[in-house]
Amino acid sequence: MSIAVDIRDAVKSYGPVTALHGVSLAIADNEFFTLLGPSGCGKTTLLRLIAGFETITSGEIRLFGQNIAQLEPNHRPVNTVFQQYALFPHLTVTDNVAFGLKMQGVDAPTRRARAGQMLEMVHLSQFADRMPAQLSGGQQQRVALARALAPAPKVLLLDEPLSALDLKLRQAMRVELKQLQEETGITFVFVTHDQEEALTMSDRIAVMSNGRVQQTGTAREIYEAPVNRFVADFIGETNLLQVEVESVSQGLATLTLPGGHRITCPSASTTIGRHHLSIRPERLTISPDADLLATVDRVVYLGTDLQVIAHLDGSQPITLRLQNAARITPPAPGQRIGLHLEEGAARLLAD
Amino acid sequence: MAAPGNIPSPASDTGYRSLIGPLLLPTWAVIGIFMVLPVLLMAVYSFLTKEFRGGVIWDFTLAAYDQFFVTRGLFGDEPAQIEWTYIAIFWRSIWQAGLATILCLLIGFPTAWFIATRPAQTRGLWLFLITIPYWVNLLIRTVSLKFLIRDNGPLNESLMGIGLIDGPLPLVNTNLAVQLGLFYSYLPFMVLPIYAAVERYNFALSEAAADLYASRWATLREIVLPVVKPGIIGGCILVFVPSLGAFLAPDLLGGAKTFMIGSLIDEQFKGSQGNWPFGAAVAMILMTLVLIVILFYARAQARGVTR
Repeated sequence: MSIAVDIRDAVKSYGPVTALHGVSLAIADNEFFTLLGPSGCGKTTLLRLIAGFETITSGEIRLFGQNIAQLEPNHRPVNTVFQQYALFPHLTVTDNVAFGLKMQGVDAPTRRARAGQMLEMVHLSQFADRMPAQLSGGQQQRVALARALAPAPKVLLLDEPLSALDLKLRQAMRVELKQLQEETGITFVFVTHDQEEALTMSDRIAVMSNGRVQQTGTAREIYEAPVNRFVADFIGETNLLQVEVESVSQGLATLTLPGGHRITCPSASTTIGRHHLSIRPERLTISPDADLLATVDRVVYLGTDLQVIAHLDGSQPITLRLQNAARITPPAPGQRIGLHLEEGAARLLAD
Repeated sequence: MAAPGNIPSPASDTGYRSLIGPLLLPTWAVIGIFMVLPVLLMAVYSFLTKEFRGGVIWDFTLAAYDQFFVTRGLFGDEPAQIEWTYIAIFWRSIWQAGLATILCLLIGFPTAWFIATRPAQTRGLWLFLITIPYWVNLLIRTVSLKFLIRDNGPLNESLMGIGLIDGPLPLVNTNLAVQLGLFYSYLPFMVLPIYAAVERYNFALSEAAADLYASRWATLREIVLPVVKPGIIGGCILVFVPSLGAFLAPDLLGGAKTFMIGSLIDEQFKGSQGNWPFGAAVAMILMTLVLIVILFYARAQARGVTR
């Protein structure tokens, strides 16, 4: 598998402020790769470095082996879907889509035909002669997508393209984007702060915070085997418990839970002592075979799930999710419950 | 729950509306007395007969327009021919005003761009600096300009002082001096509308253009200029129209050789040599010309919207 985008030790500083601290990433060809993180984590800066809107302070960006770090954006074979779409307001939908081809010197009939194909692909053929201002947000978003795909870029960069859409449309576009990526075979680099978006679409995800990549992996890997507190906390819901690690061997740690129960679990760290244990709320069950003892504070009805908010005997809070099935009798506030950790439910974090 | 009485009744709504008319009265009065009335007066005067020491005789005639467009020889006994004298003055004025507009655009666009791309808190300062010279009366500024560029003025003296030229450059009473005067008088009218347009410009559009393989020049030509076009056209009209009718700059800096419409009109209302109906007729013709220019602009704008 060839590497589409290879970023090595990318550093970006704005005067005294450093936005990226030596980021290295290898994005494979045909991959749907997501940069995920909270605002200010450097994900957009990284995307803009790949597009060429920002100049790299030090490090390398390679596109299919070629170092493009010093190229102007108009000489990079990548195209961008902008967050606010940035459609040209004085051009029709067709002229917007054909703009990249026009700049590449493609003749008018060819580029009109290609623009037509692109608009068909995003189901906007009937709007070809409209002006951008006459379209809804969702339609503008599709035009932006068609415009970026029309020159057949090697890599498509998407800067939070769904954030301005309402929920229903956003969910529909997720499926469409993924399909589009599979159909075109173009490498997608997708920036988002929405973890659900990242988990549903991506082949691989890089979780970023404070200008660093915290973890790279598939959705399952980062959800089920987070390496540190940031990733465990940012991706989905989790319970972080302080535990005492007694021994670690071959990636398995033996540790004492609050309340004294001892378990072994996979570990990202090799040191003994105080560490954080991540337990996903849906991997806890109420059972007489208890690893932890807790007192129920509140039960929240979430439709598909019931969320049980409780605290351990040492007063540490703990949350669990139960599927809202007919056989479930929810616990009552004040009730003492035993919590059972499923196999592989707990993950020892590095920090 | 709101009582039925709290719901604004249609009656009280129309009560507010009926107030709008009286409140607009001062505005209508000002527009009527200071804009509509003088223009109507001028239109009427242009069809009256001239009185020899200025003023008019209420005797309707087309003599003023006839004087502008038609000549019948020195003694008025030859066959009618087109009078070129005044058309030539108009043509020279259009040419001068057009050139001044282009000059203002060439300097004003980069200036406006520069100001609009400064950090938001310093833009006000830059705009302030642009407007400072305009706190001084136009007449005084134009006279000062004449002092600056005259044969023994600071410009020529210093150029001779450093040995760049042997004798003074003959600047006063040339087209160049008029250009300088017009350019200096009307530059802010170009800068401000373009500034307003550039300030609203979304720079993500330039990034999008560069992302789609447009060079800097292509981005300017294909995206920036079309998007800020309303500001450019607005600035051009604001410079062209007053330049066309300007009389201070051509009068003080240009002298007799660079006679423009403004001076021609000015002359008709001065002293015993004046001809009020003719002055009014020239002003009407000028206004018609300006209206045609603006009409073209409005139509171009309308096309831009519906396209």
